[in-house]
Amino acid sequence: MNLLTIEDLTVTYGGVTALKNVSLDINSSEIVTIVGPNGSGKTSLLKAIIGAVTPLKGSVKIKPGLKVGYVPQRLNLDPTLPISVGKFMRLTNKINKKSCLKALEQAGVPKLIEKQMSELSSGQLQRVLLAHSLLGTPEILILDEATQGLDQPGSADFYRQIEKVRQETSCAVLMISHDLHVVMSASDRVICLNGHICCSGAPETVLAAPEYQELFGTETNGALALYRHSHDHQHDQSSKPTEVIN
Amino acid sequence: MLDDFMTRAFLAGLGLALVSAPLGCFVVWRRMAYFGDATAHAAMLGVALSLATQTDVFFGALIFAIIMAWATTQLSGQNYAMDTLLGVFAHSFLAVGLVIVSFLSGVRIDLMAYLFGDILAVSENDLGIIWTGTLVVLGLIGWRWKPLFLSTLNEELSYASGFNPKREQLFLTIALGITVAVSIKVVGVLLITAMLIIPAAAARNLARDPEMMVLAAGLVSCISVTAGLRASYNFDTPPGPTIVCVALFIFMVLNLIKTIKKLAH
Repeated sequence: MNLLTIEDLTVTYGGVTALKNVSLDINSSEIVTIVGPNGSGKTSLLKAIIGAVTPLKGSVKIKPGLKVGYVPQRLNLDPTLPISVGKFMRLTNKINKKSCLKALEQAGVPKLIEKQMSELSSGQLQRVLLAHSLLGTPEILILDEATQGLDQPGSADFYRQIEKVRQETSCAVLMISHDLHVVMSASDRVICLNGHICCSGAPETVLAAPEYQELFGTETNGALALYRHSHDHQHDQSSKPTEVIN
Repeated sequence: MLDDFMTRAFLAGLGLALVSAPLGCFVVWRRMAYFGDATAHAAMLGVALSLATQTDVFFGALIFAIIMAWATTQLSGQNYAMDTLLGVFAHSFLAVGLVIVSFLSGVRIDLMAYLFGDILAVSENDLGIIWTGTLVVLGLIGWRWKPLFLSTLNEELSYASGFNPKREQLFLTIALGITVAVSIKVVGVLLITAMLIIPAAAARNLARDPEMMVLAAGLVSCISVTAGLRASYNFDTPPGPTIVCVALFIFMVLNLIKTIKKLAH
């Protein structure tokens, strides 16, 4: 059975459509990446999956008892908030120190348990968030632009870590990303989103798709694509251009 | 023992110290300082209406503090930003309250007591209300501690863990409303935010752990209340402001120590 089945999902905010008729499945152990320009509804899609927004239409079906590990974009860590890594890890899960250390090791940061969260670099913080999401031995990891604030080598490292985690635990991974070419190489399937699904498939298929090239340009193999967002692009003549917000 | 007005003042102050510590930490962590201030101002309308209808000011203040907190939480993000709405509600509630009071003869002096607090006038009945409120808020925060904390760190993470951050925000709002209502007689509307924020800010220098910060904030509050009341008795200064001055003094000393330590390294 699929871990996640999304059918005909439409999400609006105050009359503005963020997502329109999106359908997709996530199978076990696959890495699926969602790419798309700013305001293409990527975050809305993740929010609908974790139940943070109620869809106007359509449904999100989740396999009963599915264990989800969620890696947020960032934390609202006010400098006045003292908390150690170990304490953060134990916040939602009743776990012993051993499994806490194991998760940190899986995420590539075995030595940070005593550190204060506010003292971490952004790369370390992302890995701690990854470690936190691994605690419940999830069947699916969901990452919301987890590499924002990391430089290119940093993001590449982070994605290698994700791949390693997948190999070790064989969990599925669903992620949003801006780092197109890095992500492409790590994904089994890429979904190109712009309010609706423009195109999807294996990374090479998507790279070659005209819809994708229209959104991101053609030179995405070596360099990052520019985020030009042409509002007037259309695939078929019957559908009207969709207003999108993030 | 409760006959003595100083004893009652101490007990009332300690109740306030205990309730403001955990709540103050959340206010600081969530950057809600203005929120607390606005809620306190809005409560004045409740006070005015209570005086007009001769009911207990505690309930009037409580109802309006919660109405205002709830309304801004619901309405923000649609047409106006949160702090704009807070400004609109807080100051107009306060203004309407003051206008209503001006129609009532003989309450002018009373109102000053609610702006600056009159801890020396606390009655046994007030003590009961203060401590009931304190225990309710402590219980509420203790019960919701983890989800509240998680939603402070990240809303989506909170959703993914099965807690609705909006619901947690509502709990916090209610706790804040109760705290404002409870503190109104003790330190007054103008100084409530000070008692929420200064001890929590001072405690940051003493803690490496969220729970520890709450305990440290409680300690700073208790010391401020005790020393502040003593000082106000000895020097014949207004008690509410004196308590806040002591809290400020502790805040500055702790920060000075921290700065010196940093320079020494």
